[in-house]
Amino acid sequence: MKILVCISNVPDTTSKINFTADNKAFDKNGVQFVINPWDEYALTRAIELKEAKGGTVTVLNVGEADTEPNIRKALAIGADDAIRVNANPTDAFFVAQQIAAIAKENNYDMILMGKESIDYNGSQVHNMVGEILGIPAVVPAFKLDLVDDSTARLEREVEGGKEVVEVKLPFVASAQQPMSEPRIPNMRGIMTARTKPLNVVEPVGAEAKAEYVNYSKPEKKGGVKMIDPENAGELITLLRNEAKVL
Amino acid sequence: MSVLVFVEGLNGEIKKSSLEAASYGSQVAQQLGATATAVAIGEVHEEALTKLGEQGIEKVLYDEDSRLNSFVADAYVKVIAKAAQQESSKVLVFSNSNIGASIGAKLAVRLNGSLATNVTTLPNTDGGSFVVTRGVFSGKAFADVALTADVKIIAVKKNSFDVTHNAGATATVEKLSADLADADFAAAPKETVMQETDGVLLPEAEVVVSGGRGLKGPENWHLIEDLANALGAATACSKPVSDMDWRPHHEHVGQTGITVSPNLYIAVGISGAIQHLAGVNSSKVIVVINKDPEAPFFKAADYGIVGDAFEVVPKLIEAAKALDK
Repeated sequence: MKILVCISNVPDTTSKINFTADNKAFDKNGVQFVINPWDEYALTRAIELKEAKGGTVTVLNVGEADTEPNIRKALAIGADDAIRVNANPTDAFFVAQQIAAIAKENNYDMILMGKESIDYNGSQVHNMVGEILGIPAVVPAFKLDLVDDSTARLEREVEGGKEVVEVKLPFVASAQQPMSEPRIPNMRGIMTARTKPLNVVEPVGAEAKAEYVNYSKPEKKGGVKMIDPENAGELITLLRNEAKVL
Repeated sequence: MSVLVFVEGLNGEIKKSSLEAASYGSQVAQQLGATATAVAIGEVHEEALTKLGEQGIEKVLYDEDSRLNSFVADAYVKVIAKAAQQESSKVLVFSNSNIGASIGAKLAVRLNGSLATNVTTLPNTDGGSFVVTRGVFSGKAFADVALTADVKIIAVKKNSFDVTHNAGATATVEKLSADLADADFAAAPKETVMQETDGVLLPEAEVVVSGGRGLKGPENWHLIEDLANALGAATACSKPVSDMDWRPHHEHVGQTGITVSPNLYIAVGISGAIQHLAGVNSSKVIVVINKDPEAPFFKAADYGIVGDAFEVVPKLIEAAKALDK
């Protein structure tokens, strides 16, 4: 079983988000970067499947050299090798083209990633990769098991319920909880990760189709109106007559 | 050329989020001097399709193939691509649902188009540009994105646009057939299990009542449910609550759960960690009930009550029941 897991390098969930003075770019100053939390569900499930059935887990990141600490972390968690496509991930279409190009050369049985990245929240790359490669994309899946060597059974969320889907390998799936329990790398993992292969490749030619021109932050709230807990029912009246939301 | 809007059905009616997308699409059409066409799939009442005229839709293309009653991405994409070709559409509009975003991404590849999901504004089309604003950093910021390809695909964030009502206007309905083959249904679901709920679906809800650790245990969730029932609201929870299995994961609202943007979000016993705020801060009105006056959530709230949930919530339920609907 050859599994490809695509990871993004994103600001830690506790980060305060700021932009450069001209609002043209994200300000990385003082921001801690982590593996996209959704991608961790995909990574740990891939490692669990490898442990159960044998095979390899390859981690792929489209990013510049500053993403390597998190690629090493994925190797420490248990991936076998890694590929970094040396490029600034400008938009989803560009990233999907890079992933598809790597996939075409390597015959992976499954391509996993998180359901979205917590920075750009596009939720696009998985379906784009599936479409480029002409294989099914099961999005967003919260359960993934192998039925036999050529078939996987997934459960995915739909609005108001869930669907059970069986697909032939190869396929793309995006992960969300509770697909797996993300792991913290242990000392042995961290030591071995240092010598695991991390191959840097140049991007294939692909143009971005969306250009980020400006950023802004939500308007601050006007302040909170406090209500006496003894007269809590007053809140309902205010919500109807003042806020007009009931 | 027409702006093409994909509308999703639910129990024969059009989903509210799709009515928002239809309203959005016809406003874009007006901006561009074009007409708005909708495409509908699967089981939808003809009357519901005709009524899309109220949202400014002139024509509805309808594929009634019963195999389309459950979502199969490849088949849906084929139907919509056919409609887009027939209408020479350069702008395609979806709701930012799992289905809408999935089809949008596939069509972006197939039609070589630009895609923006999670969109919160009408496009700025000054000087031939096409720039929309979308939510990024899990609700912590917005970005203006220029869509540079010839074909533009937009998935509109839920509850970001009002549904327009031009009372009495009707759309004409035309049958559409995409000549689907069995192969288009290869990834069809084996089984679909809907939640047993008579309540409101969280992603579509206008009012959400959400509980946190302050509720002390799953056995106290009747407080959240009773308040939600009295307000016609959906229920939700914080991450620790779903991590402890007090509530199912699909109710977890926050940065790594689902993002909601209802008209009213009532948080009971939730302190308001930055990751939770990210999932709810585009709600129009936020109410926070917490016994800790220092809870950070109060800073993001419009109304607050410092008090014990077990004393405050029953009073709210009583007041909510007394409201005339």
